[in-house]
Amino acid sequence: MRILEKTMVLDRRIIFLLIAVAVVVPLFIPFHLKMHPTPASQGLYDAVEKLSKGSTVIISGEYDPGTAPEIQPMVKGALKHCFRKGIKVILMGLWPQGPALEAQALQEVLEETEFEEMNLQYGQDYVNLGYKAGGQVVIQSMGTSIPATFPTDMAGTPIEELSLMKEIRNFDDITFILDFSAGDPGTPFWVMFAHDRFHVPMASGCTAVSAPMLYPYLQTGQLAGLLGGLKGAADYEWLTKSPGTGIQYMPSQSIAHLVIVIFIILGNIAFFVTRKKGER
Amino acid sequence: MSTSIEVWIAALLTLGILSFLYKDNPFYKVSESIFIGVSAAYWFVYMIYNVIKPNLIVNLRMGQWWYAFAGILGIMMLLRLVPKIGWLSRWAVAFMIGTGAGLNFIVYLQSNVMKQIKGTLVPLNSIGNIVMIVGVVTGLIYFFFSAEHKGLFGGAAKVGIWFIMVSFGASFGYTVMARISLLIGRMHFLFSDWLRLLH
Repeated sequence: MRILEKTMVLDRRIIFLLIAVAVVVPLFIPFHLKMHPTPASQGLYDAVEKLSKGSTVIISGEYDPGTAPEIQPMVKGALKHCFRKGIKVILMGLWPQGPALEAQALQEVLEETEFEEMNLQYGQDYVNLGYKAGGQVVIQSMGTSIPATFPTDMAGTPIEELSLMKEIRNFDDITFILDFSAGDPGTPFWVMFAHDRFHVPMASGCTAVSAPMLYPYLQTGQLAGLLGGLKGAADYEWLTKSPGTGIQYMPSQSIAHLVIVIFIILGNIAFFVTRKKGER
Repeated sequence: MSTSIEVWIAALLTLGILSFLYKDNPFYKVSESIFIGVSAAYWFVYMIYNVIKPNLIVNLRMGQWWYAFAGILGIMMLLRLVPKIGWLSRWAVAFMIGTGAGLNFIVYLQSNVMKQIKGTLVPLNSIGNIVMIVGVVTGLIYFFFSAEHKGLFGGAAKVGIWFIMVSFGASFGYTVMARISLLIGRMHFLFSDWLRLLH
């Protein structure tokens, strides 16, 4: 009983310390966790898997360094998946730091031996159009004309000089959209304008915080798949057989969750027991 | 241990911010102030070179004079800093609200109301579908305040509250997952990039 009473007045710093230990120890002593991809993650993987060689996919990045631990592994997974299937990739972003982080992910992917050997060429196999301010207005404008919306790429090269972009007029020439979003503007605008108005099939990867808000789009088929948070990233890495930080971080994530669940249960038991005692 | 000055600065600032978990202290205050100052400067410069220059200056230089209207609206927005003529900023705000509402209204209704209603009209041939329909109907009943929540109607509203509570729980679970992921990312940075204890 005294333990339960002490739980009620436990110094929050002890909980912080235990969470820190739960996060750090598995980084040093990693253990294998069997992955069971969710149907939502499987949906995104299957949708990309169905695309044929030579298709053109837009990968849009609406995230920043603060949310990169969750989103960056998804972007890397998507790039690897697309390149393996011979899909052409157009990178862009509606958040200022998104395209820069996508460029970083791209660089890391291209430095891996498997992709180095593919000899992928900028302008031919992939381009980075950079950031454009305006949120939904940008998507709407892309539906009319992508070259008019993005006259140059991220480095300032005129879009007509990039062979990949020569045949791209608007969303009619885009096979699929993968949106990686950490907030607003993000996936809801892509669904509303690119999918519902211009009928481009799409899927999304998002931070765990945004996932519950996006699940209704999955139920209605407006999204072909959804990667929610680090678990979604780990699922995608597992499905594409490209282990990265998503899978690497999962043991820490799982142990930290376990500690939180234990504290929630202990806190509730202590609350009800002490309340009952108080009533007497 | 890293020899890069950038990594050291990032690591010390990370520790400074995390030190708030123990208690408020000068190390935290300094880190917080640096973050705010650097963010403001970064965004100011970023916006000039990535928003104003490519979207306004470049277009004006190309002779597309009608972009001047957008520039004028932008200046009007800033006029709220001058109390005497601050009212002019309302015109720019009105323009933004008007175009935003016009652009979003139909599409929003179509994507977030009509398609969601259509997605709920499913046959009652599985437990998942039954749970979804009961959740939607009772959730809507809970938010129907024109009738008193008594009797059968009150019971349905109570079921609605339970569904809403479950959805709050799911949201909270996802939020915890997100915050822990960010903590893992920072810890990995400290032990890998800074201290080089992880590979």
